[in-house]
Amino acid sequence: MQLSGRGVTCVRGGREVFTGLDFEAISGEAMAVVGRNGSGKTSLLRLIAGLLIPAGGTIALGGGDTELTLPEQCHYLGHRDALKPALSVAENLAFWADFLGGERFDAAESLAAVGLDYTTDLPAAFLSAGQRRRLSLARLLTVRRPVWLLDEPTTALDVAGQDMFGGLMRDHLASGGLIVAATHAPLGIEARELRIGGMA
Amino acid sequence: MTALAALIRRDIRIALRVGGGALIGVLFFLTVVVLMPFAVGPDLAQLARLGPSILWLGALLASLLTLDRLFMADHEDGSLDLITMSRTPLELACASKALAHWLAAGLPLIVATPVLGLLLNLDMVSTGAVALTLLAGTPALTFTGMIGAALAVTLHRGGLLMAVLVLPLSIPVLIFGVAASQAAITGPLSFGAPFSILCALSLVSLVIGPFAAAASLKHGLD
Repeated sequence: MQLSGRGVTCVRGGREVFTGLDFEAISGEAMAVVGRNGSGKTSLLRLIAGLLIPAGGTIALGGGDTELTLPEQCHYLGHRDALKPALSVAENLAFWADFLGGERFDAAESLAAVGLDYTTDLPAAFLSAGQRRRLSLARLLTVRRPVWLLDEPTTALDVAGQDMFGGLMRDHLASGGLIVAATHAPLGIEARELRIGGMA
Repeated sequence: MTALAALIRRDIRIALRVGGGALIGVLFFLTVVVLMPFAVGPDLAQLARLGPSILWLGALLASLLTLDRLFMADHEDGSLDLITMSRTPLELACASKALAHWLAAGLPLIVATPVLGLLLNLDMVSTGAVALTLLAGTPALTFTGMIGAALAVTLHRGGLLMAVLVLPLSIPVLIFGVAASQAAITGPLSFGAPFSILCALSLVSLVIGPFAAAASLKHGLD
């Protein structure tokens, strides 16, 4: 499985963010998108996720499920965590598992894997930023998607959390997954670097 | 189907929890109808004559009041991104959200109508007629309102814009809703004609609303 972009151009608000970007990532490999603030790291992830429309170029996933589009095979973990404060931890996770569909794993096990099994019935409104991030990570584990698009995934995670997350990413890559992460901080795993927007 | 059922369940659950939108609409409806007799004056016959219009106006404003949050909350917390990316067609997801909103916020208005009818000196038949027309007409309000809610997300403007956009679409519903209730109560027109048009408006908006809202959300990808 390989994710490739050819001559991808992104225009936001009339300003060209990047042009003619070529990239390639193959399964079992992580790609770290680096660049200064405003260089278009998040925009690139959103282009891959189909949440932005490229002004030019193509992005394609080779060797994936031919029945599904690229966004349907992606997990997108953005700055906003898609959690409802009124619902409990377990309800939030169960909703996304039911809604996203596809191959699923046990939600309780995912919560245990991210270290949130003690707060299952707590409304998400009472979670700390780090706990919210952990709950978002549990979504990636509960529903299987081959491509993970991660935007600053280690934000708000403590040291133990970053170690835990490094382990999760290694497991995902070992099972043939593919990771594209926009990051400033070290990702915690081996990753090929894609620098956009010139030198910082 | 699991996905749509999950979405409907989630939205209803959020609406019914503390801080959800379900009660706000009913309370607003109650406020409008309770205040109206004081504004109109103590003429009972006049109150009964105006009753259906007051109930309809109250229900319309109450359903507009809560509609602007339909997509805004999901947009703000990033849920809308994931809904857009998912394997569920966006049109069906929009329709499910509107259905959930109608069940949580529209249906309580209809349930409250018989009680509020008492305050407006309406008899059983009149109250029943208004409740029936509301049952047929409020889906149209929700599903056309959804278009405005989607545009409000796309254009990054709040509820005020939505009210302006949706108002022209809700006027026919109001006209035929009130006409059908008046026809049932006083005549001389038949109840069937305006009521059929009201049902038609609801059915048309059930079809057009989800497509227009999804198109607006897709166009506004940002």
